[in-house]
Amino acid sequence: MQTQQTAPEPSLRERLVTALENQRVLGYVLMAPALLLILIFIAYPFVLGVWMSLTDKIVGTSGTFIGLGNYDKLFASDIFLTAAWNTVFFTTIATIFKAVLGMWLAVLLNRKFRFANITRATVLLPFIVPTVLSTLAWLWMFDATFSVFNWTLRWLWQMEIGIFGLVLKENWGFFRGPLWLGDPSLAMASVILVNVWRGLPFFAISFLAGLQTIPPDLYDAADIDGASGWKKFWHVTLPLIKPVAIVVIVFSIVVTFADFQLVYILTRGGPNNETHLLATLAYQLGMGSGNIGQGAAVALFMLPILAFVIIFQLWYLRREGVR
Amino acid sequence: MAQILLKNLRKTYDETEAVRGINLDIDHNEFVVLVGPSGCGKTTTLRMIAGLEEITGGEIFIGERLINNVPPRDRDIAMVFQNYALYPHMTVEQNMSFGLRLRKVAKAEIERRVKHAADILNIGELLERRPKQLSGGQRQRVAMGRAIVRNPEAFLFDEPLSNLDAKLRVQMRTEIKKIHQRVQTTVVYVTHDQVEAMTLADRIVVMNHGIIEQVGSPQEMYEAPKTRFVAGFIGSPAMNFVPCRIVERGAALGVRLSGDITLDLSAEQSKRYRGYLDKEMVFGIRPEHITERRQHTNENQLDFGCTVEVLEPMGIDTMVFMDIEGVEVTARAAPKAVSNPGETMMFTIDMNNTHLIDPKTDKVV
Repeated sequence: MQTQQTAPEPSLRERLVTALENQRVLGYVLMAPALLLILIFIAYPFVLGVWMSLTDKIVGTSGTFIGLGNYDKLFASDIFLTAAWNTVFFTTIATIFKAVLGMWLAVLLNRKFRFANITRATVLLPFIVPTVLSTLAWLWMFDATFSVFNWTLRWLWQMEIGIFGLVLKENWGFFRGPLWLGDPSLAMASVILVNVWRGLPFFAISFLAGLQTIPPDLYDAADIDGASGWKKFWHVTLPLIKPVAIVVIVFSIVVTFADFQLVYILTRGGPNNETHLLATLAYQLGMGSGNIGQGAAVALFMLPILAFVIIFQLWYLRREGVR
Repeated sequence: MAQILLKNLRKTYDETEAVRGINLDIDHNEFVVLVGPSGCGKTTTLRMIAGLEEITGGEIFIGERLINNVPPRDRDIAMVFQNYALYPHMTVEQNMSFGLRLRKVAKAEIERRVKHAADILNIGELLERRPKQLSGGQRQRVAMGRAIVRNPEAFLFDEPLSNLDAKLRVQMRTEIKKIHQRVQTTVVYVTHDQVEAMTLADRIVVMNHGIIEQVGSPQEMYEAPKTRFVAGFIGSPAMNFVPCRIVERGAALGVRLSGDITLDLSAEQSKRYRGYLDKEMVFGIRPEHITERRQHTNENQLDFGCTVEVLEPMGIDTMVFMDIEGVEVTARAAPKAVSNPGETMMFTIDMNNTHLIDPKTDKVV
């Protein structure tokens, strides 16, 4: 009699276990969920957006391919050029204010004082409150007739008049206060103000974290070397916080450039498109007018600019990492 | 070059007194070391001299000038920090010249001084590097270079060697001494390491609990400590302290350490300690003054026997640990002359190098 010894066929479970013990297989398996999420929620909409920007798709139609037709139209359109310029202006001014004020706030918060920790936490509030809610509050505060700003202005106005004894107290209607969101230049200033208010905590806290990594000994050494307060900031603080600052500023540029909520809630791009940004214009064209192809083209116009900014950031981070 | 004068200097943080009234007169070109355990107030004192810490009370003079309210940059001092405190974004050359550039010294003069300092410190090749690219010892040199180029009235050192490994520390210690001999200037140097203090100082200031315990030359500190703290702090291995009683030994006095061991005092010592007869005292003697039994070289040497507990060979000597009435006593003996643990060994003790401490005041009497 002949006995044949064969190893028992490995079960499915056993084969799976063996496969997972291979690090390369395990690596891909562990990566798969994240990859899937990226594909569904980022890659697919992105590719779809690129495709739509090349079609004349309108809500309800499937649209036909028209090449760069949408882009041609955009460059011929005044609204688009205004929005593009507004976006650059808005981003530049808001970022400058956030960076300078953020640095100033961070230096103040870095001092030792009573309730320092509570104050530091409080500073973060504008950042924590959902943007839509805080912006609605701003909308209310900017209101021409019923707002706290104009009420205060009127009150101060009356006080002044009262001092000179010229106008009676009940003459409320005399001073109306500015139309914060209705006046073209004031509207842009107001939108920038709210953006700075909202973005400042992020700058301040990031800079504060950067400041706290600077060894106090260096300031002692600078004191003895003969540096005054301002020179210490210029020669010690600023160079040492630069890596943090650049990353924060670049990140903020990206977020500010693509800002949508503020403008949409405060002005919807008005008055006379003075506050229209690329993001709000894209929404207006694509969602409001149903001209999806054009909306996608506006949104995609931001891509090369932001891509450049992010590539710069990555390059800088690598270089700093090497040094 | 300056003399530094501290008059009744005090520093309080909230409730705690870090420095409790210090008087010290530091001479021109003198190398003074403040030494003591952590929290004794030595670094606070140094930082007050530097102007980095506000003065709660008392006065500091550099030269003739009262500098209590003078900011650090106008005190004409340079400081070397424990962590070197080099500016990480500047090259060695920029680090060294920073103070001069702030003071708007002429470019050629800056170059000359940096080169001079770099020559002294042997760091000429490192001038273009950044601190990150330097070893600990090199950073230490750069930190000293930064002080030297300023050509200040006084150098302040805050534990400059404590971040270096043991070998480098010894090397840099010698280096600092050499540099002081070349760059004659007043130095105030803070350390917790008594060996550093002994080797570097013209004068040592031993501090404890915010006050000065004793000021003196290294040799004075070693031979004639005035308090139990100084006696125990200076010298390595530390002095032995054994509770004892002064007893009558015929015409003279003796020190009774235990039932078995009573050591005779000389006529001169007997006279000095007469007032402490029958009192509980503390007997202090350094390990190097208890050796294996030897030919006596003076009449104040005595022999006694004791059981050996533990041996610690050090190479040149062997430390012998014994137990006298529950107190561990260390002797320093020739390696060939020691007995094995558990056996009785004969020792010679040099009574000329003993100290008697009054436990009520902790003062050496």
